[in-house]
Amino acid sequence: MEAWKDYVASVKTLPRSVWDSLVRHGAPVTDRSRMETVLQNLFLHIHPTRVHRWSLRWSYSLGLGLICAASFLLLLVTGVLLMFYYKPSTVLAYQSIQDIHYVIPSGRFMRNIHRWGAHIMVVAVILHMARVFYTSSYKKPREMNWVFGLVLLVLTLGLSFSGYLLPWDQLAYWATTIGANIAQSPRELTDALGITPYFDPGGFQKTLLLGSRSVGEEALIRFYVLHIMVLPLLMVVFMGLHFWRIRKDGGLSRPEDADERLGPPGDDALPVFTQAQKKSYGLMAVVRGTSPTVGRGPENTVPAWPHLMTAEAAVFMFTLAITVALSFFFDAPLKEMANPLIPENPAKAPWYFLGLQEIVSFSAFAGGVLLPMLALIGLGLIPYLDREPGGVGYWLGGRDRDKRVFLQSAAFGLAAVIGLEAFAVRFGWLRDWFPGIPQIVITLFNPGTLLTFLYVAYSVWIIRRENSTRLGGIAIFTCLLAGFIILTLIGTYFRGPNWGFYWSPSHWPVH
Amino acid sequence: MSADDRVKEVGRRDLLSLAAWGAFCASLATAMIGMLRLPKPSVLPDPSLKGKVGLPGAIPEEEYRKVPGRNVFVSRSEQGVFAISSVCTHLGCVVAPAPAGFNCPCHGSRFDAMGRVVGGPAPRGLDWLKVTKAPDGELVVDEGETVPPGTYWKV
Ligand code: HEM
Ligand code: FES
Repeated sequence: MEAWKDYVASVKTLPRSVWDSLVRHGAPVTDRSRMETVLQNLFLHIHPTRVHRWSLRWSYSLGLGLICAASFLLLLVTGVLLMFYYKPSTVLAYQSIQDIHYVIPSGRFMRNIHRWGAHIMVVAVILHMARVFYTSSYKKPREMNWVFGLVLLVLTLGLSFSGYLLPWDQLAYWATTIGANIAQSPRELTDALGITPYFDPGGFQKTLLLGSRSVGEEALIRFYVLHIMVLPLLMVVFMGLHFWRIRKDGGLSRPEDADERLGPPGDDALPVFTQAQKKSYGLMAVVRGTSPTVGRGPENTVPAWPHLMTAEAAVFMFTLAITVALSFFFDAPLKEMANPLIPENPAKAPWYFLGLQEIVSFSAFAGGVLLPMLALIGLGLIPYLDREPGGVGYWLGGRDRDKRVFLQSAAFGLAAVIGLEAFAVRFGWLRDWFPGIPQIVITLFNPGTLLTFLYVAYSVWIIRRENSTRLGGIAIFTCLLAGFIILTLIGTYFRGPNWGFYWSPSHWPVH
Repeated sequence: MSADDRVKEVGRRDLLSLAAWGAFCASLATAMIGMLRLPKPSVLPDPSLKGKVGLPGAIPEEEYRKVPGRNVFVSRSEQGVFAISSVCTHLGCVVAPAPAGFNCPCHGSRFDAMGRVVGGPAPRGLDWLKVTKAPDGELVVDEGETVPPGTYWKV
């Protein structure tokens, strides 16, 4: 009878014992179990068990990195749903997108979310980078995580670009044709040197991207594989590295005097170590070197559960709400089916590439390969060339000098790009004055390269004038941002048929 | 024994382990090369780029005819028949005939009637394509083979 009693008791407590075997640490009501909630869960344990209160300030991180991650998650889920119906073939692709858009239940909604999520992710990644830059958060020991961040930026743009082809409509076809030919544009240089038959990196890149001479079946499959497999995998790997490094670098950056500035924790923060611990988790053991937490008590940290988790959930809900609202009111575009014989006019890339398209309209190689590469390398070198300590954890170092240089650089950056563009729009460029001019001259000397030169020269001047590399960094980064914004606006709103300049689309010639 | 001595002495085991790691890296590299060869096709899968464009007499003089379904313009002048590619040399859009020659819709490159660049970002003039005659008397244009500008097929 003993066995029977045990059996009945086991049946009665069945739900309880299954739950307890899943979550072994009990409800997160003690400091220890709150910590274990995070530590013992595969999905949560990428988080620290305690976070500094500074890291939770909205005005500091603006939640932008989290918005990137949240929109990526949205894109993963909606992307998998779209894959149920999408067919990567030149004959069926367009049709299947039409089906998704017009026939399949929730299809249009999921497609819209996928589209808007991509836009939001790009915006958030750029803003996140700006946040990290202006709070000096790339400084030691976070140099490499800044570089990982740049890889994430490139992957984000790569995902957007590879996804753009998949609907196989006119927009997709011509944007990809232009993109593939940008990959081929090193030929502009090798042609000028007369070495293309022997050394042709441009042609190699294009063949690798398209698998053939022009955008067709091979290209579509390649872009599909990149879009659904290769790039998302790389993205997950680098996001993992990125998050891991944030923890290994001692959490988010914060000012040296963060503790004093924050004051004692408020009533909403759960107190520290309410229960004596049964086991000591070496909280500081993972942090090395000069991190501000070493040698201090955990006074200003709070348990990640619930503080960080609720913050993350809030950011996720915010991202979801915005994406869903946009998707409800605005449909993702779908033009006519791709036609290799008639280009779109104007043929525009997605908006975040229109700044590039604007300088590509002077020289394919300079605008599409040379300057973007220089910009990326320059950004990657920032943490290694500006090693000035101090100012970390404040917006613009919390110093008036930084704010002044920021405003001056913004003014200079805007003036330079607007001036050069206005000149080129009004008077044309070298080819219009000297039709016979060798291309290499234009490749090296065009509004894009000139602008870059001005920006670099300006920041070098700032380094010398202000005797500070950080201020030089602020100068170049701000100029770059200003240039990017203005060129993108011009490409988006002021370029019409034949890439002519128009004050508004209502002035476009009808044809 | 100082640290320096230890560095200098490469023992038999060190050498063996070095060789082993070398073999490891070499086999990995070989495998990588094998894999990296795959994405670059040795034969491009495009359809044939040659196409008939009609009998020599049917080609218009001093004006361009767009060959239907192909990115080719054909025309005839005193020197003979010639074919110009309609693919812009900037970034591959398709140019359209304009009063003074050709215009590209994508970034505004302009070409004169002989395909020479007169404005915009195109690095060179439009490609001239090879014209040959098929046994049945029709002319054939090969989009895959460019010829120096000014090369005519003598009528
Ligand atoms: C897919 C793109 C990205 C994702 C999902 C992502 C995610 C995150 C998250 C969640 C954080 C925590 C703090 C915060 O929310 O701001 C963070 C911090 C950081 N990110 Fe990113 N990030 C991305 C791209 C970038 C880029 C483009 C850069 C810079 C080039 C960058 C550099 C950094 C650095 C240096 C930190 C540490 C900041 C600090 O300690 O204050 N990340 N990232
Ligand atoms: S593709 Fe013709 S001008 Fe750019």
